[in-house]
Amino acid sequence: MKIWKMTIVWLISICTPGVVFAQDADRSIDQIISEAVAPVIYPFVGAVFSPMPGSEAIFGTSFPWIVGWLVVAATIFTIYFGFIQFRGFKHSIELVRGDYLDPNDAGEVTPFQALCTALSGTVGLGNIAGVGVAVAIGGPGATFWMILAGLLGMAAKFTECTLGVHYRNEYEDGSVSGGPMYYLSKGLSERGMAGFGKFLAVFFAICCIGGAFGGGNMFQANQSAQQISTIFPFFADKGWLFGLIMAVLLGVVIIGGIKSIARVTEKVVPFMAAIYVGSAIVIILLNIGSVGDAFSAIISGAFAPTAVAGGAVGALIQGFKRAAFSNEAGIGSASIAHSAVQTKHPATEGYVALLEPFIDTVIICTMTSLVITITGSWIPQGQEGHLAGIALTSKAFSSTWGGFVYVLALAAVLFAFSTMLSWSYYGLKAWTYLFGEGATKELVFKVLFCVFVILGASMSLGPVIDFSDAMIFTMAIFNIIGLYILMPKVKELLRDYQTRLASGEFKNVRKEAKASA
Amino acid sequence: MSETYVVGIDGSEGSVRAVQFAVDHASKTKAVVKVIHVLEWSPYTFLTNEELAERHKRRREELERAKTAIVDLVVKKINEQDVSIEGEVRYGHVAEQLQQYCEETGAGHMYIGRHGGGAISTRIFGSVPGALVQISNVPVTVVP
Repeated sequence: MKIWKMTIVWLISICTPGVVFAQDADRSIDQIISEAVAPVIYPFVGAVFSPMPGSEAIFGTSFPWIVGWLVVAATIFTIYFGFIQFRGFKHSIELVRGDYLDPNDAGEVTPFQALCTALSGTVGLGNIAGVGVAVAIGGPGATFWMILAGLLGMAAKFTECTLGVHYRNEYEDGSVSGGPMYYLSKGLSERGMAGFGKFLAVFFAICCIGGAFGGGNMFQANQSAQQISTIFPFFADKGWLFGLIMAVLLGVVIIGGIKSIARVTEKVVPFMAAIYVGSAIVIILLNIGSVGDAFSAIISGAFAPTAVAGGAVGALIQGFKRAAFSNEAGIGSASIAHSAVQTKHPATEGYVALLEPFIDTVIICTMTSLVITITGSWIPQGQEGHLAGIALTSKAFSSTWGGFVYVLALAAVLFAFSTMLSWSYYGLKAWTYLFGEGATKELVFKVLFCVFVILGASMSLGPVIDFSDAMIFTMAIFNIIGLYILMPKVKELLRDYQTRLASGEFKNVRKEAKASA
Repeated sequence: MSETYVVGIDGSEGSVRAVQFAVDHASKTKAVVKVIHVLEWSPYTFLTNEELAERHKRRREELERAKTAIVDLVVKKINEQDVSIEGEVRYGHVAEQLQQYCEETGAGHMYIGRHGGGAISTRIFGSVPGALVQISNVPVTVVP
């Protein structure tokens, strides 16, 4: 009950100043909301992104400890599981393709379906606007670190999604609930750390609610509003109105239960992702002569950048931050979606999930970044014409053909909407974990979630991205502590699966069909 | 060993006629009739998070409903006619599953009812009989 009260007080403290100041006629509603919310956000943001002690002396720039936390975790998981993301890549593709589907399990959730649903949560504005932020601040070199973070993040995703399936709750009626809340509490309890596991699970759930309101909602609303206002200048200082429209649409789905809108979005998003990547490839091909220069800018920028605050370490910080924000590896969110899959061996879902950071970051984010670099749209901070976020991505796309602005706007709105839908679910799962299930409790969360869409669309990018980052990365603190403790369990599950696979226990349906043909 | 006939059923009047037609033949040849209802399903459709979490439960409900509302009704009715009959419910592509079921059961003949879909919808979405004629390894009788 105490947590419940604290959360309500915190949320009211965020929401009420906007109402108080709403009578001030001299400023726009967007400005009033921004000014009211910023003082609440910054103390928290400052704590999460505080520099590592002594980092100035070592790196020559302040290095946020949270970035180090993510880098170290992803590296440790990569080494501990023997570079599973490279050695297991082929097997991941086979699993997603359905080569090992048991015909008796037809009608259940397939690995492909779980992957697509989890991807619709991760492929969002992080891929379009987040990359725009990374390159704007970290320069082209941030791309290199982003790709590296994506590759390392595959091992973190493997770990958390294997655990998600292993420790999920299967109820009598056949429905399932899984995710970090469950593996942290159940997994650590198995290891004689029930109290600590519960502590991690509760704090993860609190941060997951914050992450849902931040990165899964406000950031998405904010950046899609910005892109829409470039096409419809009417919305330029009326972000709140765009937010209101998005909030109503979202409310129709999550409160009204009109699932058809959600289904349409889920179906359209993968095609939109393909169109987005296709557009990026077209732009790259049209500027094929600059590809060499772009790659040298990325490599030199990664190790010895000029005009980037903090030099190579500055580029690294931005690359890792935006990659983690986009692919959510180590954050724990995707394991909520993956835990529903029908499998007798949790490691299979780990294999499937490791493709997510690859698709999200190594492919989609890199495409955005290449377009920005190749078209020469990046202008260092402090110089005239410097742009950040989706404004930079939009400039890069439209520099080749003006019509790409519309493709980008459509992609932005659809990605934002599908990411919000996914995160409303992740947030709700965390909410019900803390407060229990019940129609009224769930309604409170859903209404708050819609209110945050309006807040996110109204505010300026700075406070929105800072709050989103702080919340998402705080999830990683609790999740990764649990992953470290539980990684021997994952290794045990992986070894068991690999032994059975090698013994020929699982039939490769595709190979057999080919052989019989 | 007696011959096996497979009948694809979907609860429509056409499929009732197909079952009766197959049973009439089976009563003369002493064949076993096996009816199958296929729930259209693809492993590559997109689901929302809620649908993922509830899929196992829904599947159980769908199988139960298909069994009681479609297959069991037919089996019960035919049992009264002194012909050996069995029922099955599966998920997948309808024509592919019918064909596969024929192979598994060693059936020598397949019966299905005509749906009577419009020419345009058949052109766009195809039809089960149309697909079966292309892929079946056994004779297919489409009962009007």
